[in-house]
Amino acid sequence: MQVSFSAPRAAPPVTVHHGDMDMDTDQTHIVTPGESITSDMQYMRGHGTRLDESSDPPILTSTLAGHVSRVNKLVSVKPLKARYTGDIGDIVVGRIVDVGQKRWKVDIGSKGDAVLQLSSINLPGGVQRRKLESDEKQMRTFFAEGDVLVAEVQSFFADGVCNLHTRSLNFCKLRNGSFVVVPPRLIQRTRSHFHSLPCGVDVILGLNGYVWVSKTVRKGGRHNETKVGLDEDAVDAEMVYSNKNEASAINKDERLAVARVCNCIAALAHEFKYINDTIIVYAYEASLAYPDVQDLLKLNVMEHITREAYEQMKNA
Amino acid sequence: MSRLELISPEGLRIDGRRPNELRKLTAKVNVLSQADGSAYLEQGNTKVLAAVYGPGEPRQRSKVVHDRSFISVEFNIAPFSAGERRKRTKGDKRSLELAYTIKETFEAVVITTQFPRSQINIYLQVLQADGGTLPACINASTLALVNAGIPMLDYVCACSAGSIEKTPILDINYVEESSDSPDVTVAYLPKVGKVALLQMEARLHIDVFEKVVALGTDGCIEMRSKLDTVIRQGMQQLVNQLEQ
Repeated sequence: MQVSFSAPRAAPPVTVHHGDMDMDTDQTHIVTPGESITSDMQYMRGHGTRLDESSDPPILTSTLAGHVSRVNKLVSVKPLKARYTGDIGDIVVGRIVDVGQKRWKVDIGSKGDAVLQLSSINLPGGVQRRKLESDEKQMRTFFAEGDVLVAEVQSFFADGVCNLHTRSLNFCKLRNGSFVVVPPRLIQRTRSHFHSLPCGVDVILGLNGYVWVSKTVRKGGRHNETKVGLDEDAVDAEMVYSNKNEASAINKDERLAVARVCNCIAALAHEFKYINDTIIVYAYEASLAYPDVQDLLKLNVMEHITREAYEQMKNA
Repeated sequence: MSRLELISPEGLRIDGRRPNELRKLTAKVNVLSQADGSAYLEQGNTKVLAAVYGPGEPRQRSKVVHDRSFISVEFNIAPFSAGERRKRTKGDKRSLELAYTIKETFEAVVITTQFPRSQINIYLQVLQADGGTLPACINASTLALVNAGIPMLDYVCACSAGSIEKTPILDINYVEESSDSPDVTVAYLPKVGKVALLQMEARLHIDVFEKVVALGTDGCIEMRSKLDTVIRQGMQQLVNQLEQ
């Protein structure tokens, strides 16, 4: 195996701003734990803040390091890097960690595992079908430990645990591809989180920072035009819950394309850039200058393709 | 005991510092890519690496608390960290006690009630031990926790202080630590104005004790501005990367 070493480099110089903030104008002020935000009592305390009542008058203080954000009277501190906190309607990619009574535990990189109930998945044989005892006994045939799936956040339980559902043709078990983790901060809410790239690769950007990169599935896949009539409701169980990759084996070129997109996403995450379908395509194009996919793991190459992709993003 | 002159007639200590002077502090956050938060900290020649994972699904079911998260600390000291090569086993009592002290300190400061039924893991690795291992570990953990976006009341700033021939000295190094003179470790929340930890394993006269603790507290306050700069630099760097 070839091993290469790169020389140490100094981090780029940064200038740090100190000084008190002005609640009315300053929107991007950085605060750190224990720092006072305001003593003006008209503001409400949101996430990342607490009211220090030991001082007189009481002072709104930060408990996190991050940007202060103000929405009307609500003041909160948004950390730059933190675990994912779900919102209803978020598309997430997750991995099954446990099969329990009528429910699965799903790792979505959040503060606790999410729950997927047996009642919130599409059972084979149509949406209208009643849940039977036999379904409970064969839960592992739907999802087993280690399976990766894409789901939507449906609701929250009283203790804050996330409740997922997969009741749509878009949400299913994931196959034919590879899993990448990026900081959740880098994936922003957009209209669609399912993308088909021109290079024959599908990307699902989970809002929780879990990304699925796979070969584009054409036949009977979820990116087909919606079928008409009764068929729309019928779920092909074989297809949704199958554990096998596509029948026609994935060839080497397709594997390399998936690996290249994975490495491009990893490079963008390494350079801490927002990740969306456009920048992935640009990064992919820039990466074609390097014929070997493993070259994309080198630090200088990562920097180069990220810079090029980012320049193109700005010019576009 | 030793004939070593720890404070020179000019009032300078063995490494050339004045009695109330901290050692040089260099630190960096975001040093590990897989951890939620991480920090590397050098206090003089004491070098510590801290990694924080969490809050996440608890892996030790028995320790789960229903209304808050629990913190678990794993402390490890490298065999090559001190002058004499010595391997400490995992169940070593001194390491366990140190880990427990750190856990207790942070459980009071981290706002754990925001994450019921979850777990926060702190992993500490001492790469070089030159006195003041506990304060260095606490400072490194603070940086890593802040970096992980975990809410805390304030920075926990720790500093050791001792007394040699009735002179209070700040931030003691290995030579001073092993000279049989009493030493105190203070962990202080500078903005809140509360002491999170006060540890002393020797006997000290009450009059001297007060001075030593006051000196240690001053050291902690100075430490806060240093840690704050490190955190701000780390954040600014990420912001620059995101926006440029």
